[in-house]
Amino acid sequence: MLRTVVTRLAGAAVMAVLATLVVFLIANTVPGDPVLAQLGDIAASNPATVAEWRAKWGLDLPLWEQYLIFLRGLAQGDLGTSIASQRPVLEDIAQYAPATVELASIAFVLALGIGIPLGIAAAVWRDSWVDAMARVVSLIGVSSPTFWLAFIMLAIFYGGLQIAPGPGRLDPIAFPPDEVTGLFLIDTLLAGDWDGFHDAAAHLVLPSIVLAAATIGLITRTTRAAMLEAMGQDYVRVSRAKGMRERYTILRHVLPNALIPVVTLGGLAYANLLAGAVMTETVFSWPGLGRYTFRSAAALDFPAIMGITLVVSVTYLLVNLLVDLSYAMLDPRVRR
Amino acid sequence: MSASIALPAPRSRRARLWRRYGLAGIGAGIVLAWVLVAVFAPWLAPYPPDFVDVTNRLKPPSALHWLGTDALGRDCFSRLLFGARISLLAGISVVALGAAFGTLVGMVGAYARGFVDAALMRLTDLVLCFPPIILALAIAAALGIGTTNTIIAMLVVWWPKFARLARALALVQRSQDYVEAAVVLGLKPARILGRHIVPNAIGPLVVLVTLDIGNAIITFAGLSFLGLGVVPPTAEWGAMVAEGRELVEQWWVATFPGLAILSIVLGFNFLGDGVRDWLDPKARSR
Repeated sequence: MLRTVVTRLAGAAVMAVLATLVVFLIANTVPGDPVLAQLGDIAASNPATVAEWRAKWGLDLPLWEQYLIFLRGLAQGDLGTSIASQRPVLEDIAQYAPATVELASIAFVLALGIGIPLGIAAAVWRDSWVDAMARVVSLIGVSSPTFWLAFIMLAIFYGGLQIAPGPGRLDPIAFPPDEVTGLFLIDTLLAGDWDGFHDAAAHLVLPSIVLAAATIGLITRTTRAAMLEAMGQDYVRVSRAKGMRERYTILRHVLPNALIPVVTLGGLAYANLLAGAVMTETVFSWPGLGRYTFRSAAALDFPAIMGITLVVSVTYLLVNLLVDLSYAMLDPRVRR
Repeated sequence: MSASIALPAPRSRRARLWRRYGLAGIGAGIVLAWVLVAVFAPWLAPYPPDFVDVTNRLKPPSALHWLGTDALGRDCFSRLLFGARISLLAGISVVALGAAFGTLVGMVGAYARGFVDAALMRLTDLVLCFPPIILALAIAAALGIGTTNTIIAMLVVWWPKFARLARALALVQRSQDYVEAAVVLGLKPARILGRHIVPNAIGPLVVLVTLDIGNAIITFAGLSFLGLGVVPPTAEWGAMVAEGRELVEQWWVATFPGLAILSIVLGFNFLGDGVRDWLDPKARSR
């Protein structure tokens, strides 16, 4: 077991570094030029300014040397300096990550909390109106463009009915809580600031629903299919034949087996929520990693993009590893 | 199904047909309708899509402008019709090219085995370990805006899932007797792959392709929404939502393009579900 974990971790580390190499190569083979994206037109027309600027960021060095410098920094826990914000990339990421983690976690809880019960109900009352409703909910969730759903929710609940707060993490005139974790829900509680907690929670409602929409659909469908698969197994027939109550059979025999594929999907879904918050964050002016990624990409700020890639792909790989390990805990057959 | 559940009452032929083909039929209908709209957009649209009329800015839906006008006084209905062209083109070409390349990589790997297989699969894993949207964003930004560039950026992240699936499918076929027979007959590998393995393994690939087009349409519209897709003033649904996203009072500007995306993606998803049911009778009972 331990050996598997170590091998997988080493493999993950190698993959993550290779991933930065890919981004680095893309960054240097495509036509876009960060110099032009950063300097204004006037400054960019002056060759001396451009040369000086290139030298400052090390863009005049040979490619392999640039990458070696990046790797050397990486070994010391330094992801380089963002060209756009002029700050260390790691600092930027640390600043923006909590907002995304908070949003994605709430969305994830929402997706599991709605998706799993809905999927179970759809399977137990198959072909009933519950099943039909679950199917419609999941298909619409999967088929809605996130950026549009975000607009519609804001237009209805903020613009129209005025029962939800507008974009952002807090009321514009509110002070953010003293930073402990960066997660406003926790920080406001630690500070004993109930109004702040309420404000932060209210601001999370719409964006987390929007972000969760597609995942709710996926979880519902997977749960339903896994439940039906498990309900056709012999041990279920045995349980029923023994005269066990249907409720007991479903909860004790069907559900634990059906949840195995849901765990796999859930892990991936969480990683995707963290990475996929770009659209939601843009519409809700959410100061998270998604918006940072987008801004870095638009500015061709490749040190920042490489840093994000590294952090996100490491998260991806770790989540995958955790999923595989939890498999072994949930399913004794895998453990042997 | 387990025997303890009472058999369903015998259904009429019509109900059975509806159950089996209903959703797929609706999906096919929606997709076909949008294809026709895309093809005949110049004849169907009451105005040219880029016709600017600043005296008629942000007019609500009316008999003259069925879906109202946008901030430049352009007719939203005409732009919506023309937008179908870009979305269909982008969705279908990304998935078709991505599937073709991914299938080639996966099948060659499965057939060749050994070093080639290992190298191809490591490459696939490498791309898969990126969150697709982030990589596509970076590439699209670097290539510069434009429909073709955005499609290329999406292709880079799109093929690996097809490579994985194709490899798995080809590995199953590889051990079948008919492939052994073909090898014994001395057929060339390209012919064995193309004429024997691919046709037998194609079913699940077709399902993934159909279900994936909707996905690709949403992703393309999303990149476009962020300003990394089409060059203005091209009429494209994602860009149209972006143009209307600050206009809550003039809700029609952003609402209808979004509904268009939703409907076409639903269409492809219905169709994909239906195709899966036909090709995999086991899934039908689920």
